[in-house]
Amino acid sequence: MKILVNGTWCDTTATHLASALDELGYGGSTVATALNGEFVPASLRSAAPLAEGDRLEILAPMQGG
Amino acid sequence: MLRVYDTELRSRLMLGTSRYPSPAVLAEAVKASRVQVVTVSLRRESSGERAGQGFWSLVRDLGVRVLPNTAGCHSVKEAVTTAHMAREVFGTSWIKLEVIGEDDTLHPDVFGLVEAARILSGEGFEVFPYTTEDLVVADKLLAAGCRVLMPWGAPIGSGRGLNNLFGLKALRAHFPDVPLVIDAGIGVPSHAAQAMELGFDAVLINTAVAQAANPVHMAEAFAQAVEAGRAAREAGPIEPRDLAVPSTPVIGTAILR
Repeated sequence: MKILVNGTWCDTTATHLASALDELGYGGSTVATALNGEFVPASLRSAAPLAEGDRLEILAPMQGG
Repeated sequence: MLRVYDTELRSRLMLGTSRYPSPAVLAEAVKASRVQVVTVSLRRESSGERAGQGFWSLVRDLGVRVLPNTAGCHSVKEAVTTAHMAREVFGTSWIKLEVIGEDDTLHPDVFGLVEAARILSGEGFEVFPYTTEDLVVADKLLAAGCRVLMPWGAPIGSGRGLNNLFGLKALRAHFPDVPLVIDAGIGVPSHAAQAMELGFDAVLINTAVAQAANPVHMAEAFAQAVEAGRAAREAGPIEPRDLAVPSTPVIGTAILR
């Protein structure tokens, strides 16, 4: 199915957020996630199902003022 | 010592981590500035570049506290969600709360700011709101649970210094016991010294250091200015006068006409 990852459409076979992160190459990274605009804590990623057209934001530490 | 929430800080200078020529220069500038707090942000991470991982590793090695911001958020929901994400990633309840209302000046949306501050304070965040010098907004932010305020000196990145001196003095006088950190608009060390002389508790600098021809030297210059300004405040500056007052004693002056 297709999901929107950081603004880019991606194909994924993952059914949950945690497995999608692994499949997309974020395994072991320090990131925070939001699904369809809602924050999903790391502890709940395995229980967060994905659906066609979902919007996933994957954020990491960055320079800031 | 400066006390913000339950943390005591020796340094009254805080430094942003953005817009430096390189990560190495950022690290050197942080060391030269002797700051204990740096601001950081959250942005989209590419699984290929993983730029955020390298940055986070560099910041952790600096041994300073991080103050995550909600830069770029234009709504209460965006700011609150970003704060939740920042708390998880950075492992801190500190949040520099920015809710932007206007893109040309990056003027805070003070209505959204107060609402977001109320929500986040209620959830246990220690909120550092980026605000204006408006007394009524300041009062509402304190009522919302904030115990620190970060009024702007001038628009972010403008380098114009303290734009509304009267308003900032009134803010300081009106809230004598609230830690007030001048955030944004400082251009040169004399602006920072002026803020400290006026009694502000700390200043947060980013662009003025990062975009200087020599960021490391400028970081050191700001550190000195903040220390000098604070020392001057504690020493009790004289009041300005309109007319001259001889500093050399008049008694005993020779008559040589």
